[in-house]
Amino acid sequence: MTEVSLLKVQNLRVSYPIHSSILQRRIGENMAVKDVNFTISAGQTVGLVGESGSGKSTVARTIIGLEKADGGRIEFEGRDITQSTRTELKALRRDMQMVFQDPFASLNPRLSVQEIIVEPWLAHPDVVPKNRRASEAKALMDRVGLNPDYASRFPHQFSGGQRQRIGIARALALQPKLIICDEAVSALDVSVQAQVLNLLDDLKQEFNLAYLFISHDLSVIEHICDRVLVLNGGVVVEEGTPRELFENPQDDYTKRLFAAVPVIRPWLNGASSKPAGTIPRY
Amino acid sequence: MTTAPTTSAAPAMTKARRSRWGVHTRTLVPCAIIALIAVGAIFVPVLYGYDPLRVDLADRLKPPGSVLPNGSIAVFGTDQIGSDLFAQMMAGARVSLIIGAATLAIAGVIGVLIGMLAGYYGGWLDTVLMRVADIQLAFPAILLAVLLAAVLGQGVLNVIIVLSISNWVVFARIARSQVLALKDREYVEAARTLGLGNFHIIFRTLLPGSLPPILVVGTVELGHVVLAEAALSFLGVGVPMGTASLGSTIANGVQYLSTAWWISTLPGVLLLLLVLATGVLGDAVRDRLDPRLRSL
Repeated sequence: MTEVSLLKVQNLRVSYPIHSSILQRRIGENMAVKDVNFTISAGQTVGLVGESGSGKSTVARTIIGLEKADGGRIEFEGRDITQSTRTELKALRRDMQMVFQDPFASLNPRLSVQEIIVEPWLAHPDVVPKNRRASEAKALMDRVGLNPDYASRFPHQFSGGQRQRIGIARALALQPKLIICDEAVSALDVSVQAQVLNLLDDLKQEFNLAYLFISHDLSVIEHICDRVLVLNGGVVVEEGTPRELFENPQDDYTKRLFAAVPVIRPWLNGASSKPAGTIPRY
Repeated sequence: MTTAPTTSAAPAMTKARRSRWGVHTRTLVPCAIIALIAVGAIFVPVLYGYDPLRVDLADRLKPPGSVLPNGSIAVFGTDQIGSDLFAQMMAGARVSLIIGAATLAIAGVIGVLIGMLAGYYGGWLDTVLMRVADIQLAFPAILLAVLLAAVLGQGVLNVIIVLSISNWVVFARIARSQVLALKDREYVEAARTLGLGNFHIIFRTLLPGSLPPILVVGTVELGHVVLAEAALSFLGVGVPMGTASLGSTIANGVQYLSTAWWISTLPGVLLLLLVLATGVLGDAVRDRLDPRLRSL
């Protein structure tokens, strides 16, 4: 990795303040992310796993600018973006987009699909000229596997998987280099999950996208990621390729995390679907 | 749908159809009443050539249905200075509706704007704006009206100002609570990650989502405002002498209550109808906008 990495996170620290009940004075803080370091190169998919409360989402939200970092450094294409101003942040958002967890909550219920996909171009009018927006939106719908004839429908008329495709189309509209998927497939059922993952994989090839893929679902991570970070208590406890981690987890927490994956047919000892590593039998 | 088979679903269907019919009725009837009053308020004073300053002592205190010397019939009788009560009520309704609509527009726009800003930005702005609203609520509207009437003098515009000042708080609170409920939704955060500015998020993303409850409050407030205007005019701090108003007509009739009951009673009934209609309409609009009732 000699080239400049797309995203570089160094010693990231994020905390949520705790305010006193009456005077709203800051009386403490809840450390969500203590010390996180990683890099993503162009076209790479990095997975972030960990249990609930491990700080996965906070890392994502801080990178995209929804939370403020308390310390550390986030670099995007070599530029420090930790203390970005509003205008810098706006420019940055062309290169970095996010797909949200809940496909039912992340789309404005009052906008049609076309309006949802066109919305990014209202913020960045130079990406697509006004007269071509409708046709471009339809092309994007087509690209993510939605029927462009449904452009005037509203989000509630779609299924969860279709909605997540709308969310992906919206993220793609700005032609970003990095897409952060915060539990993007966790709310979908397994077969739809696979379809959306395949879509993400195809798009990655086509647009040379990099993903920061956040999930608690290890099989999803294994399926899509080039590299995996295991997060526990706001600290990266282990890092490596999915193969390394799944076959030979080093850290104690990683071992326990992988062991917690339910085994579908525990009586079929030695079956090929059995996850590698030591699985404690209680 | 209408030919539902008589299965176990039938009672639910009947119930659903009945409540849908109910919502329709509760929307249409108040709308019709308000529309009728509005049409009457616009045309009746013109048709009757109503002049609030004309005094015709020969025709004073005639009961409803009397035939006047000039051959016309006073459907609702005449008042203590001999002017036709029906025309006067309609002229009064005209003032009431104008004041109501203008007050709602001013108080609504200012209140919603302040409420949305307070809710969206939070922090000290929220604290300051909402404390101002609390102070405003603690101060009686009538007292404020008396004060302003004393300072500015009487007039329709002043009544609108007074009522706007005392009504923006309701809109501000509703708008604020709506924004607080909506601003952490994922789709609002999504708009932010797209790089959309605060202006766009407040007016294009949050405002449309906040409108339904604001509209409901608006319909209910119309009744309140009309009533408040009548109260102010009744107390003599509302519209000036020479401008008909439901409140001042009721006030004028009070001393004749035993001899000419219609002067106070009929404008009172009209006021009641108007307020009741807006209240029921607000209720129906709320039911209509409630997603749980939408499929009914």
